[in-house]
Amino acid sequence: MTVAFEPFYEPWNETRGADIVAEHASQEGATLVILHALQDAFGYVPEAAIPMVAQALNLSRAEVHGVFTFYHDFRRKPAGRHVLKLCRAEACQAAGGDALAARAEARLGVALGNTTADDRVTLEPIYCLGLCATAPSAMLDGRLIGRLDEKRIDALVAEAQR
Amino acid sequence: MTMKIFIPRDAAAVAVGADDIATTFAQVAARRGLPVEIVRTGSRGLCWLEPMVEVATPEGRVAYGPVSAEEVASVLESMASNGPHALRLCIADEIPWLKRQTRLTFARCGVIDPRSLEDYRAHGGYKGLERALSLGSDAILAEVTASGLRGRGGAGFPTGIKWKTVAQASADRKFIVCNADEGDSGTFADRMIMEGDPFLVIEGMTIAGITVGASKGYIYIRSEYPHAVAAMKAAIVAARRGGYLGDKIGGSACGFDMEVRVGAGAYVCGEETSLLESLEGRRGLVRAKPPLPAHHGLFGKPTVINNVLSFAAIPFILAEGAKAYADFGMGRSRGTMPIQLAGNIRQGGLFETAFGVTLGELVDDIGGGTFTGRPVRAVQVGGPLGAYFPRALFDTPFDYEAFAARDGLIGHGGIVVFDDSVDMRKQARFAMEFCAVESCGKCTPCRIGSTRGVETIEKIIRGERISENLALVEDLCNTMKFGSLCALGGFTPYPVLSALKHFREDFAPIPTTLQAAE
Repeated sequence: MTVAFEPFYEPWNETRGADIVAEHASQEGATLVILHALQDAFGYVPEAAIPMVAQALNLSRAEVHGVFTFYHDFRRKPAGRHVLKLCRAEACQAAGGDALAARAEARLGVALGNTTADDRVTLEPIYCLGLCATAPSAMLDGRLIGRLDEKRIDALVAEAQR
Repeated sequence: MTMKIFIPRDAAAVAVGADDIATTFAQVAARRGLPVEIVRTGSRGLCWLEPMVEVATPEGRVAYGPVSAEEVASVLESMASNGPHALRLCIADEIPWLKRQTRLTFARCGVIDPRSLEDYRAHGGYKGLERALSLGSDAILAEVTASGLRGRGGAGFPTGIKWKTVAQASADRKFIVCNADEGDSGTFADRMIMEGDPFLVIEGMTIAGITVGASKGYIYIRSEYPHAVAAMKAAIVAARRGGYLGDKIGGSACGFDMEVRVGAGAYVCGEETSLLESLEGRRGLVRAKPPLPAHHGLFGKPTVINNVLSFAAIPFILAEGAKAYADFGMGRSRGTMPIQLAGNIRQGGLFETAFGVTLGELVDDIGGGTFTGRPVRAVQVGGPLGAYFPRALFDTPFDYEAFAARDGLIGHGGIVVFDDSVDMRKQARFAMEFCAVESCGKCTPCRIGSTRGVETIEKIIRGERISENLALVEDLCNTMKFGSLCALGGFTPYPVLSALKHFREDFAPIPTTLQAAE
């Protein structure tokens, strides 16, 4: 069985943040590109970075904040050590995804969209991984898993809790 | 002699263990002292057989599947001895499910190494571009128009007309934008072609660029598709290195280059104007049309924005001629459609075929019914904004107009199958809920209507004043349908109203299906 590896993120650092912003600022329509790059580095988009992005792109802080909050992907604080995303869209619903999502929630003791109290696991819904013919599907820290059943979801949850 | 083994790297195959299988094959072969060359391909699209592994033989590529890590050693044994095995299928091209298809767009997918430009060229790649370069803009436009190709994203707008509008616009800059924000549940054709044959998408976009006079392209891929993002980025680098992107593409005087941009989890960004806003670095708010993107698109410049599958259809049309494409299909739906069979289905996957095949053939015959073995009760065609069809409508041919005539849509060609355990009240509620979560918020019918829709359907589920609330939902759906700015609010009524119309029994005080079951 594949061993879960912990995604590594750097702690927030203003100089490093400024470098990332500067690296992408000259691209056309760079806001999302920069927010992605910040999140890739730090695991979330620190609030302190918002005015830096705004200044670099000659936008208001409100505009950047608006973009940041519009998209589901961007986090305002770090996720748990592992992120388990369960597809909750129709194809996975049709293949029994509802019961499996409920099972994962029960095992972890949190509802979808939340992080366990020990900060180990963030459980999130995702709307379609494009694995609709091998449904239900999930993603654990970027690794894809299809044809989920009770046994597999239990194993995934256990792996995420380690 | 070195055995050549093909193992998909497609996300759907990887999700069921293809990477582990590939590693195991290499290890077992090394241990046995068997020289093997492992080629990672895209997927053939027979998802129930994934991971499907093939081995080159003098007769053709023999397929095995679905292969698990435990069975690798015995499969390898069978490959080496050309002997029998329980998982041994036949020559891949002879598998009936594959043989029944008409693969024009997906001809190479699952066959070639998607990282190899040489492999792409060896299998007929860039023939379309070569011919396009010799034809010139007007003749290309004539070919694309004559092919009858309509936008494969869902709207079905004639591609030739869109391109012509941009070609005729005068501006200092024009853009080609590929919509790879494939957010519809039950669809994965864009993902498969980007992962399995990425040069095809690049070639299609390049042809669009030289046709309309655009030198820059963007492909906007959703963040839920990391494998597709990686595949496209690698292919762009390879195409640039091979002289197929950049200045003087393919040795001509034309220049075209492109880059990948990644979405951030907003379903509405699959709507073309919202996607353009997002590309420009803003919230994905839908723009009012007109002006059309063809006149006033990305950064205010004339822009061709098409779906992945539309661009992917172009190289064939140019290489083989418009007639070769238009000869397939029915009515005003010409050519082939990559149909995706998904959800609770026995034989799910990608089935490319000419328009005209009926829904019943697709679900019962090709799809083999449900995975659970229970009767098929409903199918949702065209994603979260598509209608739910009952078995009574299974004679509907797969065709833009035929589906519209029955208050449905083919959308991006996804079919999600549900068995008789489905509660259509729940599906109707989900459609409204999804719209509420994903609404960009710009127009009122979508933003507020969807929330009120969830609340009203919940009242129906609780048994409160059912007939009044049903009437209210229908009225609300009409407001959303005719009052929303884009397809999100405008089409959410399709799943809701179709559930009400075709599965009315589920909305009765006590669902009759439940009564029957108890």
